[in-house]
Amino acid sequence: MGTLLEVEDLTVWLATRNGPRKAVDGLTFRVDSGEVFGIAGESGSGKTMTAMALLGLLPHAARTSGRAVFEGRDLLAMKPRELRDVRGRSIAMVSQDPSTSLHPMLSIETQVTEHMRHHLGVGKSEARGRAVELLSTVRIPDPERALRAHPAQFSGGMRQRIAIAVALACEPRLLLADEPTTALDVTVQAGILRLLNRLRQERDLAVVVITHDLGVMSAVADRICVMYGGRTAEIGPRETVLTHPRHPYTRGLLDALPHPEGGAATLRPIPGSPPSLGAVPEGCPFHPRCAFAVASCREERPEPVPVGSDHRVACPPDPLGGEA
Amino acid sequence: MSSAKPKSGAPGTGRRAARPGGVLLRFLARRLAAALLLCVGITLVAFTLTQLVPGDPAAANLGQQAIGDPAAVAAFRAKYGLDQPLPVQYLTYIGNVFQGNLGMSQQSHRPVAEDLAEFVPATIELALFAIVVSLLVGVALGVVAAVNRDRWPDQVLRVVSLGGVSMPTFWVALVAFYLLSFKFDLLPGTGRLDPVLSPPPYTTGFYSVDAALAGQWDVMWSALGHLVLPSLVLAVYTVGMLMRFSRASVLEILGNDYVRAARAKGLPERVVIVRHVLRPAMVAIITVAGVAFGSLLSGAVLVEKIFSWPGVGQYAYRSAVNLDLPGIMGVSIVVAAVYILINLLVDLLYGVIDPRIRLT
Ligand SMILES: Nc1ncnc2c1ncn2[C@@H]1O[C@H](COP(=O)(O)OP(=O)(O)O)[C@@H](O)[C@H]1O
Ligand code: SF4
Ligand SMILES: [Mg+2]
Repeated sequence: MGTLLEVEDLTVWLATRNGPRKAVDGLTFRVDSGEVFGIAGESGSGKTMTAMALLGLLPHAARTSGRAVFEGRDLLAMKPRELRDVRGRSIAMVSQDPSTSLHPMLSIETQVTEHMRHHLGVGKSEARGRAVELLSTVRIPDPERALRAHPAQFSGGMRQRIAIAVALACEPRLLLADEPTTALDVTVQAGILRLLNRLRQERDLAVVVITHDLGVMSAVADRICVMYGGRTAEIGPRETVLTHPRHPYTRGLLDALPHPEGGAATLRPIPGSPPSLGAVPEGCPFHPRCAFAVASCREERPEPVPVGSDHRVACPPDPLGGEA
Repeated sequence: MSSAKPKSGAPGTGRRAARPGGVLLRFLARRLAAALLLCVGITLVAFTLTQLVPGDPAAANLGQQAIGDPAAVAAFRAKYGLDQPLPVQYLTYIGNVFQGNLGMSQQSHRPVAEDLAEFVPATIELALFAIVVSLLVGVALGVVAAVNRDRWPDQVLRVVSLGGVSMPTFWVALVAFYLLSFKFDLLPGTGRLDPVLSPPPYTTGFYSVDAALAGQWDVMWSALGHLVLPSLVLAVYTVGMLMRFSRASVLEILGNDYVRAARAKGLPERVVIVRHVLRPAMVAIITVAGVAFGSLLSGAVLVEKIFSWPGVGQYAYRSAVNLDLPGIMGVSIVVAAVYILINLLVDLLYGVIDPRIRLT
């Protein structure tokens, strides 16, 4: 499996009232073709801004540095025009809430076919035929009729399936799914994840799944990057990260998950809350909340260093190293 | 804003089966019935108001000399039914209105309906011309301002729209008249046509349309030329108003997830704005356009005076100063009907723009 996307030292500054502030700080990761790569972390850790930086859809007056090489070209260095040709065609996005990300006034047909017609130059009837296929791929009943309908006529889960069909319309190589199940009922979440998993197998599609929920990760991701305060805390294969975490923050996230057998009693949330934009502490960003913090944690910014095969951790004291 | 959730997810279970066209028709029928009731109410209000106005129509119309002559006054009162009890006067009036009979104008000595058929289209032609220009210019500039938010085009346009809404219409009218018509003679300044031309055969009452229908091209151009100055003067305020409002409404829509989703599809910015942003923004803009049209009608009274435009504003003014009751009531009914029609049109456009309204 080749590398599809190589992100190196990605930094994103957002414009705030007090000047530019880092929302993403020196992120490095790669995504192989056909894999599901997970980005995890509490709300505010910079996951969405990472995805938006790749698509060139950052908020007004944001800046980036670093590189994001996709199929041999640096997305961050592209002109807006070139980037527009990549967006929707080679890299597609599915966002959190399909009831706001689908246009309420446009028919499903328009929404599934408009970029297909623009990027691939297909005619109306051919686009329509493809749209019917896509909708059946994502298991929308009666696709012909669905094309004529509007988003309000579908349930949340169905809308997210439609949003996925929209994303797949131009047969992208990479899908950025930002919290694809967060806004949905628990009962339909698993269905969406199964769908994403099936699609990447059938279509040689790489998927970046962004979520604050490590439970979702364990269901789909091949490799996981755990972010905190805009930085990488830990990155590695799913098995390793979820069963033998080496970063106290990953550990904390896992402990905060409800256990299937333990009930609420085993649920141990991480004390405190993540830093807000521009208020990331010196040294290890996690140190104010870390039970293992030592003096040096307050001063030195830890960089992720290899600790095993394809496994990097940004925690020099390595308090969990012995546990493995 | 109901977000319907058919359990199965099958599209339009039940809802769509109810034929959206039928739903829209029923909705319109309801609105029409309400509008009709409103019309009756308005005639009642207009009628009552005219009764409360101090002043004797006989005195206003007969002149000093005839007032001294009781026989002349009685004849006048009998001729116009002023000797009947009020409720009878009103019922008679309503009955007549529904037969298209608005009574005789005490001032032109012609049927009010005939007067209105001549004066109302003149105003509507003016106001329509002005609202179309305002919508095109105001919305376009509002969009330009919004997509260039806080950059120089936005700053410049902010000043322009502020100027538009804060310059008094009479002043704009006088300056425009003086500069463009009187001093530099760029545009015709008064009336609906060149004095050498005669009006086209009556079909709609809009000179420009009637002339085109009759193939009288010189008349049509003259009519259009005469429309430009007064309608632009009228449009100054509404352009400013629509520009401000379009900017705000586009900015609000730009913040939506579905706009980011449209951009994530790699669509050209032009498509994103026109298809994904402008359409939802139009829902709010159309509401304001309806209000703007109303303000055009009231602005017309002044503009018609300055540009000698023989419209309903002039007619209303003359009826009022002469206490011509049939005339006043005729104008009230027409103005009310126009307002109601505009609201109906706005509702209809909502349904056209937003499928969710058609379906609920
Ligand atoms: N439009 C914006 N302007 C300024 N700050 C923002 C904006 N969007 C997000 N942020 C801030 O940037 C940081 C990272 O946000 P985000 O990437 O959305 O986090 P996540 O997706 O991990 O929850 C947060 O502190 C958030 O408050
Ligand atoms: S570097 Fe220090 S503060 Fe940061 S996670 Fe490791 S032990 Fe905790
Ligand atoms: Mg997010």
